[in-house]
Amino acid sequence: MADIAIAPRRAKTEIREASAWDQLKHNRNWLGFWFMVPALAFLIFFLAYPLGLGIWLSFTDTRIGRVGHFVGSENYEWLWDDAIFWLSVFNTLLYTFIASAIKFGIGLYLALLLNENMPFKAMLRALVLIPFIVPTVLSALAFWWIFDSQFSIISWSLKQMGLITENINFLGDTTWARICVIFANIWRGVPFVAITLLAGLQTVQPSLYEAATLDGASRWQMFRFITYPLLTPIIAVVMTFSVLFTFTDFQLIWAMTRGGPVNATHLMATLSYQRAIIAGQLGEGAAISSAMIPFLLAAIMVSWFGLQRRKWQQGENND
Amino acid sequence: MSSVQIRDVRKSFGNFEVLHGVSIPIEDGEFVVLVGPSGCGKSTLLRMLAGLENITSGTISIGDRVVNNVQPKERDIAMVFQNYALYPHMTVSDNMGFSLKLRGARPEEISTGVKRAAEILALTPLLDRYPRQLSGGQRQRVAMGRAIVRDPQVFLFDEPLSNLDAKLRVAMRTEIKELHQRLKTTTVYVTHDQIEAMTMADKIVVMHDGIVEQMGTPLELYDTPANQFVAGFIGSPAMNFLKGKVKSNGVAGFEGPNGVKLPLKTAPANSEGQPAVYGVRPEHFTIADDGAEAEIVVVEPTGSETQVFAKLGGEQVVAVFRERHQFSPGDKVRLKPDPALVHLFDETTGKRLNG
Repeated sequence: MADIAIAPRRAKTEIREASAWDQLKHNRNWLGFWFMVPALAFLIFFLAYPLGLGIWLSFTDTRIGRVGHFVGSENYEWLWDDAIFWLSVFNTLLYTFIASAIKFGIGLYLALLLNENMPFKAMLRALVLIPFIVPTVLSALAFWWIFDSQFSIISWSLKQMGLITENINFLGDTTWARICVIFANIWRGVPFVAITLLAGLQTVQPSLYEAATLDGASRWQMFRFITYPLLTPIIAVVMTFSVLFTFTDFQLIWAMTRGGPVNATHLMATLSYQRAIIAGQLGEGAAISSAMIPFLLAAIMVSWFGLQRRKWQQGENND
Repeated sequence: MSSVQIRDVRKSFGNFEVLHGVSIPIEDGEFVVLVGPSGCGKSTLLRMLAGLENITSGTISIGDRVVNNVQPKERDIAMVFQNYALYPHMTVSDNMGFSLKLRGARPEEISTGVKRAAEILALTPLLDRYPRQLSGGQRQRVAMGRAIVRDPQVFLFDEPLSNLDAKLRVAMRTEIKELHQRLKTTTVYVTHDQIEAMTMADKIVVMHDGIVEQMGTPLELYDTPANQFVAGFIGSPAMNFLKGKVKSNGVAGFEGPNGVKLPLKTAPANSEGQPAVYGVRPEHFTIADDGAEAEIVVVEPTGSETQVFAKLGGEQVVAVFRERHQFSPGDKVRLKPDPALVHLFDETTGKRLNG
């Protein structure tokens, strides 16, 4: 009798057809869709829509405060004959290639160094990250002072040592200005490359080096035949990101030189900002921004092939 | 091929000494197995032989040459690692030819060397594959192939079979031994598995806590273990140990736990009343009317033999019978150790007391 008392009396549930609403709530496919909605919304509103709007704007004569009209490829035709635009394209490519190449070199060197056993390893690894942690604008301001025409600590030091008699006009001379912004970009970008490559290095089994030692490999041969090939997948990832970040750089340049002197450091991003926001020519600025897309796509294509899984790489169904 | 001499070798990591003076003579062409529990220093010793670890003191010589300060690549040794350490980005043939390539050999030389080794190990159809496309046993063979290609003075194996499943391990065991019989290269093989040691070795070196407990042929170690550690380590199921004291009443005998009377062939001189450990291998028990009474706890037939766990004087012992007895748990049987084959060890030092 007792168990009857414990068991609650259940009303017979009516068996009815699942309504469309029930389907939406319980069907696995619909559930999957609901869970994707937030991410989808985020991507549409913050990435796809601005990109589409930007491309649309580049075909209009929109200015700040005035709705534009469709003008076809007029903005692009105009840019085609604009020497400053072409200078900015040249600057951007120069900036990207030189900075990325040097960042790769220094980053790889640092990663190899930090992978060795040495005292204070953990602390050194943390120190390497500092340039990455400091907000870009802050470090740009610091560089601005370091490269100041009057108060530059570099000029001051060199003068104290008697190597030069007059201050170097770091940010006022076209060549120096380019060197300075590239230097600042390298300083800021190296930690990302170094730490990521270090992570890659640590996935290489130590016994491979032992086997190579017994096989008679010198330090250089170990790097050439073991470390480097095993690191290529991660190098492809890191350098893709590094190139994309460098190509679209804006903050550093804007804080240090605003594209000067004589547009020598104007990148496509800074020129676009200057034309669109400062000068109010939204349509033209958008056209400059849109002109970056083919370059970025090319970079992505290169890395896409670089990122293909290599035949030897561990896949899903390895034991 | 070459002999190897390890003389009074010590190894410390900081203040912690892991090898306390190990001496092992290895003859030309001999297959020596270093065996012992984890942490006994066997792998460290092998790595010192390879040149991957420094020697704190003592000398290691290969042939007539002391190699303490010789670079690993100059030692003319080849090593097979526990995880094989195959280069994942190289094909099987590149893996095998890597050492020749580094030596600056011509491409024809490399391919001849690789082909020869591949034929020995039946790897020819796999030469263009990458390590990830191989099974565990195939990887193991590639690792050996890499060693063979170099035609070294000494092969070193560091627990090479421990990543394989049981069946493959038995097959590879035979394969390695066969390979040694063909190539006759001096081999030092490290394992923690005493069966591997017993089946493969010309000479077994049992190590424990950084010292050599005993060296000898497999059967020497099995028949006359020098101490209780070796006695317990070699043989499966392990030897039974019963504590008690020597008590001869006219005839040599041993009084085990709870006064159980056990036979001895001869009592060691001046040992009357001495506390000792009585060791008997499971297969050296027989059922006899004058045996000690024991109660059966568990019976495990394996087909070819039957393992019987029983309480003898309150202690659990295991006996192995090849003949088929009808036992069931709770039965009382009379177990008699073969007096000629029992072992007597000192209770404190563990040293063997009888001849």
